[in-house]
Amino acid sequence: MTNYIPNSDKDKKLMMDAIGIKNTDELFTDIPKEKILTNPLNLPRGVSEIELRQNMKDICKKNIIPKLSFLGAGCYNHFIPSTVNSVISRSEFLTAYTPYQPEISQGSLQIMYEFQSMIASLSGMDAANASMYDGASALAEAASVTCLSKGKNTILISKSVHPEYRDVVRTYMKARDVNVIEIEIKDGVTDKDDLKNRVNEDVAAVIVQSPNFFGIIEDQEKISDIAHKNNALMVSCVTESISLGILKSPGSLGADIFIGEGQSFGLTPSFGGPHLGLFAVKKELVRKMPGRIVGKTSDADGKDAYVLTLQAREQHIRREKACSNICTNQGLCAIAASVYLSTVGKKLKDLAYQNMQKAHYAFDTLLQVDGCEKVFENPFFNEFVLKVKNSREIKSKLEEKNIIIGLLLEDFYPELKDCILFCVTELTRKEDIDDLAKELSVAIGDSL
Amino acid sequence: MITIFEKSKGGVSAIEILKLDVPDTGRIPKELERDFLELPEVSEIEVIRHYIQLSRRNFGVDLGFYPLGSCTMKYSPKINEEIANFEGFSGLHPYVPLSFSQGSLKLMYGLSSFLKEISGMDAVSLQPAAGAHGELTGIMIMKVYFEKKQEKRTKIMIPDSAHGTNPATVTMCGFTCMQVKSSSKGSLDIDDLKAKIDSDTVGLMLTNPNTLGIFDENILEIIKIVHDNGSLVYCDGANLNANMGIVRVGDLGFDMIHFNLHKTFSTPHGCGGPGSGPLGVKEYLAEFLPNPTIIEEKNGGRESYKLDYSKNSIGKVKAFYGNFTVLVKAYAYIMGLGAEGIKNAAENAVLNANYMMSKLKKHYNLPYDRICQHEFVIDDSRMENNVTTNDIAKRLLDYGFHAPTVYFPLIVKGAMMIEPTETESKETLDRFCDVMIKIKEESKTDQDKVKNAPWKMPVKRVDAVKAARELDVVFNK
Repeated sequence: MTNYIPNSDKDKKLMMDAIGIKNTDELFTDIPKEKILTNPLNLPRGVSEIELRQNMKDICKKNIIPKLSFLGAGCYNHFIPSTVNSVISRSEFLTAYTPYQPEISQGSLQIMYEFQSMIASLSGMDAANASMYDGASALAEAASVTCLSKGKNTILISKSVHPEYRDVVRTYMKARDVNVIEIEIKDGVTDKDDLKNRVNEDVAAVIVQSPNFFGIIEDQEKISDIAHKNNALMVSCVTESISLGILKSPGSLGADIFIGEGQSFGLTPSFGGPHLGLFAVKKELVRKMPGRIVGKTSDADGKDAYVLTLQAREQHIRREKACSNICTNQGLCAIAASVYLSTVGKKLKDLAYQNMQKAHYAFDTLLQVDGCEKVFENPFFNEFVLKVKNSREIKSKLEEKNIIIGLLLEDFYPELKDCILFCVTELTRKEDIDDLAKELSVAIGDSL
Repeated sequence: MITIFEKSKGGVSAIEILKLDVPDTGRIPKELERDFLELPEVSEIEVIRHYIQLSRRNFGVDLGFYPLGSCTMKYSPKINEEIANFEGFSGLHPYVPLSFSQGSLKLMYGLSSFLKEISGMDAVSLQPAAGAHGELTGIMIMKVYFEKKQEKRTKIMIPDSAHGTNPATVTMCGFTCMQVKSSSKGSLDIDDLKAKIDSDTVGLMLTNPNTLGIFDENILEIIKIVHDNGSLVYCDGANLNANMGIVRVGDLGFDMIHFNLHKTFSTPHGCGGPGSGPLGVKEYLAEFLPNPTIIEEKNGGRESYKLDYSKNSIGKVKAFYGNFTVLVKAYAYIMGLGAEGIKNAAENAVLNANYMMSKLKKHYNLPYDRICQHEFVIDDSRMENNVTTNDIAKRLLDYGFHAPTVYFPLIVKGAMMIEPTETESKETLDRFCDVMIKIKEESKTDQDKVKNAPWKMPVKRVDAVKAARELDVVFNK
């Protein structure tokens, strides 16, 4: 078995002598005797590192990485520069805790400060925190912030927001006894008429996602106008953060809170986590924001220094009056995103442009396939929806060839029967798209 | 150190983007396009130097002793990092069909089974991303449990020694906190519990061993009192490292527990995350766990794994299934140690803590002088010249150690909460104790050296008051 105990039996004996005990059982006398385990736990026998690596490889082999995949829907396959892993595998970052002692943690604190700056700038906000668990839970926390700061008890959320995000928002809001009302979709975007009908003075916030779950760019300006006219806040959410490289920032379009999933910034899909929750706000809400915030200050000599700040918002100081219970966040993922954004820099715009162009090429190409139809007209970023005849059958047929064509939307939206959400990134090559068109064409032909 | 933004200059970049291999249709409506993008422009070598230089202004377990109480800063085995980076684990999309993800699901099912066995619980959700997230999930479950029974209850009891996340969680679930006192021995004051518990009590959240490092000797009686009242008992599992393999919280009668995989099961803390906070519950609460959970099916001796959705679930607390690669590391850790290694880890963690406590109590005040578990709390009341816990913490940095958790738990004035973990050697513990004793001497003979520490860090003592007063949280040119 692997063993990470550095003390020898002799050391242990010396230590027990110093404590004044004969054996380690004497350390557990506060535990009710009848409850102490008499048999070993029913766990596998420990193994050496050699066996462990082999056993884990065997389990890993049961996973299949598809030859070709057009899955997106909140988790994206993007290029990760080699700088990212090189930095986040540094033990100084990997094995540090939350920077409670600033003098010995200036490295991570400065990175968090730079991270906050990058996220605030990308989202068009005044301040950002040092990360949340993921986009979905961050969105739920944002909903709480709006209710607490507005003193209201109703949230409107568009049905074009990622279904799992809506699920998480509902879970959190149910606990707080807050009403969550969903706004209908029309032509793949938030139905503004339905929104106008439902919004009123009791609403704390309107939540939208752009690009939305169908990849379509929402009219955030109009939606924020409607929200603000009714004294509600506007929360804007992004699951594909690369889009921020080219699209107008949510802040510039009227959002009061920006929530993002930062996985696209240098993090692997990892079967859904760890990813990176982004949280940014306009000035008025800085002191209501949950999570760690790093501030710039100076040391005793007047030199620049960084420290966790506004801690009076947080659970370890305010306890039941804290704005959230969040403690552990996604520190290392935020470092990864910082290295990613420093490496890619202003070329994020070119990268975003490529995503958009390739997705449009794929859209045009697939529309040429007999049996594929357009569903929505609105402009999209790197994901789009097509109606594919016999979609479920086609999808599983191509899975046998190790190709995943995309996400079947009817699993989340029963009304969108046979609709598939396709995602294309800078890593998708032209020939991959052409191959998909060919394979789809054959599969649809066979199914008729 | 200057920021990455100040190192930025036009015309350089750390990456080359491939030439567009599809026709450029220029399709982006002008009115949607942003007009500026404020990101650094630096070369690759500057990116690397910036972050590697910053790494040298940081400190982790791999560099030295990190006795941060209640954080279990144990060594994170390197093999587990390697395994988590296997492409089959890190490269898999969460929405692949089940036939593509059998390895991941098998691992998650296996980890759930291990955690059930270690805790004596009946069902586990791996979805929560951190300990506080697990707490939130647990208290949400308490809420729907009573809703289903059509009982209206609103109060949750929390000891005055609890982590701040406990009361904050209670508020997030629309409940109110009822604080329960600690006894003079450092365990829960049973009389206070009896006096405060009533028909409005949802449950009790208890950290056991508690934040003083004390295993509550009245635990069975406490749980009985709460259960007799029809209420539930939550175990904050932050301190599970003390007792795994020795006693199971489920056997003690707890109804639920969250695990901190980034503490007990060695996954690294990464400057604050990512962590993972699975929740284990007893059978009668299993239907409320977040969706989905993983189930195993056997077909002619062959196992396959599926996602299972319960209609009574509280819903989801996070997108997808959990912090998966953190789960991989915890799974590999348990596989490596096995039953014997798990118990051995707990025993050594407790032995290390008691050894340090026996050495330090001769020099520092130990407010609760009794056998401790994985950690213990001393304070600054025996220091001269008004040297405080904060001064001691800063001076420790000069000697190459991270500081303990300070000023917590709140019930000890000037607390220093010390948790050595099992992965530290006797030599390290001796060195740390010697330095603590030396700092005490210094505070008599050379108090300024202690009061103005640290001296050897990249910065001198940091002004936290100024940071909050002159708020600067984003870089401005």
